[in-house]
Amino acid sequence: MPNKPLNILLADDDEDDRFFFKEAIDKVKVKTNLTLVNDGVELMRYLYNPENIKPHVVFLDLNMPRKGGIECLEEIRANKDYKDLMIAIYSTSASDSDIEETFVKGANVYIRKPNDFKVLRKVLSDVLSINWQYHTSGLNIEHFVLSI
Amino acid sequence: MKLYLKYDIHHAVNTIIREKLTELNISYEQGGLGEIDILSELSPEKLQEVTEILNYYGIEIVDNMKSTLVQKTKDVIREMIYNEDGLPTSKISSYIADRVNRSYGYLHNLFAENTYTSIGNYIIMQKIERAKQLIMEGELTLTEISYKLSYSSVAHLSYQFKKTTGLTPSAFQRIIKRRRGEIENLPDKLKPSNITTSSSLNETN
Repeated sequence: MPNKPLNILLADDDEDDRFFFKEAIDKVKVKTNLTLVNDGVELMRYLYNPENIKPHVVFLDLNMPRKGGIECLEEIRANKDYKDLMIAIYSTSASDSDIEETFVKGANVYIRKPNDFKVLRKVLSDVLSINWQYHTSGLNIEHFVLSI
Repeated sequence: MKLYLKYDIHHAVNTIIREKLTELNISYEQGGLGEIDILSELSPEKLQEVTEILNYYGIEIVDNMKSTLVQKTKDVIREMIYNEDGLPTSKISSYIADRVNRSYGYLHNLFAENTYTSIGNYIIMQKIERAKQLIMEGELTLTEISYKLSYSSVAHLSYQFKKTTGLTPSAFQRIIKRRRGEIENLPDKLKPSNITTSSSLNETN
């Protein structure tokens, strides 16, 4: 069945992390279309350019040079063009208060970067299949919070 | 007199499709085997027309039937979960099969093939989605919500909530409340306009 692919964007300054993410996404069952950017400044430039494909989900690393994940999150949530955009935080931090803070600021998903590739694959597979449901079933993304 | 025929069924079918779609002014591209790509948007009436014409030649639009069945299954599940009188008392698999009018095994496979999730997971997701909504409305206690959504206990609901969302129901409630609180602190022009009207109405009364 020709399901439309889920457009995904990852902003992460670490080259290895981007590489593993791409590898893992390629193995996930959900059809995807992945774009990679190196930091928050590039991310915002990508989103503001109307010629680019609008992503359905953005994965955001929190610690990036130039512009960090939290700043991007606030900027995206202040923009009504992107009110339906799912934002997944993709970070090494695991403190409950950090997690809650990003949710309050409008993140939908919080993923602690796993060390193991297999775990990463499983996590991304779960996140994407749920995201896909939200994307296709018209669920309320305002209530969508998921911490993995 | 007897004639012996040799025919190429694909060629025949392709010719029928080409003639009929051209007649209807629909531009399309031949995809893989048994697949065509319609290049323009079809209105439901037009699609119905195409379906009927092709049916006449014994050609059925399969994909659409499958996605319709998946959609119907989803609708039945949502309707069942959002029903004010609670979930059906019969077994859920037979309830769905009855309503969609296909065997549960068939629906189960079709669903998994087309949605990247299983019917079981979809039900859990929708129940948790409903639970979130009820928690936000704030009229029912967790005990009442778990009863309404046919959980055996509050513990079971909380466990499934945490397993599905990674958060406890109370953490979820706190986050959404704080999120809304942050909205209210925004400058006036960014606020959703209908929030203040109800309270000002009350004051004038």
